[in-house]
Amino acid sequence: MRRYILRRLFQGLMLLVLVAMIVFFLGRLTGNPVDLMLPEDALEEDRKALIETLGLDGPLHQQFAIFAANALRGDLGDSIRFRGPVVDIYFTRLPNTLMMLPGVMAVALVLAIPLGILSAVHRGNIIDKVSGTIAVLGIATPNFWLGILLIFVFSVQLGWLPSSRMGGFEHYILPTVTLGTFLVAGFMRLIRSSMLEILDSEFVKLARIKGLSETIVVWKHCLRNALIPVLTLWGVFMGGLVTGAIVTETVFAWPGVGRLTYEAVIFRDFPLLQGVIIMDAVFILLINLFVDILYAYIDPRIRLAD
Amino acid sequence: MVGDTILEVRDLHTHFFLRRGVVKVVDGVSFSLRRGEVLGLVGESACGKSVTALSLLRLLPQPAARTVGGEVLLDGENLLTKSSREMRRIRGRKIAMILQDPQTSLNPVFTIGDQLCESIAKHHPGKAATVLERAIEALRRVKLAAPEQRMHQYPHQLSGGMKQRVVGAIAISCTPQVMIADEPTTALDVTIQLQYLKLLKELQQDTDMAILFITHDFGVVAKMCDRVAVMYAGRIVESGPVRQVFDNPAHPYTQALIASVPKMRQRVGRLYSIDGQPPEFSALPDGCRFAPRCPLADARCHTTYPLSVAVGSAHTADCWKPGKSV
Repeated sequence: MRRYILRRLFQGLMLLVLVAMIVFFLGRLTGNPVDLMLPEDALEEDRKALIETLGLDGPLHQQFAIFAANALRGDLGDSIRFRGPVVDIYFTRLPNTLMMLPGVMAVALVLAIPLGILSAVHRGNIIDKVSGTIAVLGIATPNFWLGILLIFVFSVQLGWLPSSRMGGFEHYILPTVTLGTFLVAGFMRLIRSSMLEILDSEFVKLARIKGLSETIVVWKHCLRNALIPVLTLWGVFMGGLVTGAIVTETVFAWPGVGRLTYEAVIFRDFPLLQGVIIMDAVFILLINLFVDILYAYIDPRIRLAD
Repeated sequence: MVGDTILEVRDLHTHFFLRRGVVKVVDGVSFSLRRGEVLGLVGESACGKSVTALSLLRLLPQPAARTVGGEVLLDGENLLTKSSREMRRIRGRKIAMILQDPQTSLNPVFTIGDQLCESIAKHHPGKAATVLERAIEALRRVKLAAPEQRMHQYPHQLSGGMKQRVVGAIAISCTPQVMIADEPTTALDVTIQLQYLKLLKELQQDTDMAILFITHDFGVVAKMCDRVAVMYAGRIVESGPVRQVFDNPAHPYTQALIASVPKMRQRVGRLYSIDGQPPEFSALPDGCRFAPRCPLADARCHTTYPLSVAVGSAHTADCWKPGKSV
């Protein structure tokens, strides 16, 4: 088990190095950052001076070495627009994004697990058909459209809920519904299909032969097995949420990481964008590591493989 | 010792209701099983053997399959009229079953002990220590080495043969009156098949339970069974004591099945095989179902289903020309 985690950790680190390299060199491909920082009518000598101060006059691999050494010390450079260290800006925004997580995940799992199981157990009946239709709509509805629609109905027309920005409990409702709809739909369909497969398996047949009740068959014997593929999707969704739901946060003017990413792109603040992408990669890797550990917890074949 | 009748199946009809029509997979099957007896149910794949077994337990694939007629009397009580709650008290306690493939019949995410104890705890609730003791005892009886350690292991840590022993332990753990063994050795290595058959035979003799032994292998029938029922396309076409059926097979299908068992001491160029395919369940012939493949069939065989005739003591066959060799 320890070897399993260490191996995953090592693989994660390798990936992180790769991400940092790609981000760094891609950034350089878009042109000299100095052109962005200086006004159009800047003098050539000012330009040269800035290039020297920023260390942009050395060869590319040397620049990367400096960048990597700084990154290891937790310094990802300064934002052009916000005039401060990228890492600090990222961490002031992160809590806003994280605060949305528990609600969205709770809604997704509380609705999706029972609905997915019910529609698998009662395949073809009314529950299955209704939840299937909702799932298709949920997956097919783009977030930006749903968000704007909700704002239009509940904020503009009815005036029940605030349309944007952070605040009290009522501010969380519309963004949570927007993000949750897609998640509920995705989880529900996945749980349904993996439950169907497992309900058909021989060990479920044997569990019934033993005289166990349907409740135990479904919630003990099936669910634990059905959770393995669900966990994979959960990791992907979590990664998406922690790194910021760019569209949703932008629609609701939510000052989270997603909106920060959007701002970095719009204002061509490329040290910020570079930093945000690397921080996102770190979080996605951590979530994946967590998911890998959970796999091992659920499935003894992974836990005891070494 | 063979005692009084414990399980009696009378005129069992199980149909599959599919979109393309009704498929009569079990079509009027009757047999009985006495205490301490092993009855072999033989036939080729997809002749309705396993569906017969699942009909007894009322665990047919839902919602397609339904038992539409007949009686299943266990110790005089008709299982087909029991409530699902009552059925759950009977499954595992009075009737147990061993499935074909040990690789898939245990849940990969729970320990052997967990899967063994849950059925014991369900049918004989008691202190955890008593349940545990009973579980270990069951593992000991199927001759699994180091049973205490096995309790904490997961299915993937055991070999196929060991897993099938665990499935056997689950089956006998609540001392059932009837055990259904659905091709229990088909998925095992040839080298351990015989061991497993011996084990089943021993367990059966120790406990006096009756076994319904489902197989397609007449060789296994000869080793294991007291009586045999031969099934073809949803019906039992011949049944009787194993020796009698072996020595004087009356139905041409039985004769063909026996002829297709390879013999060790005989040099043969080609193995015997039956021409043609079993009929589709959706398009069963009016007459004898074997008639299209039977070399002896005449006009009557094709139009009218034969009556069951006695060809020896307790030996019957559904054939218009019983005993004529092919």
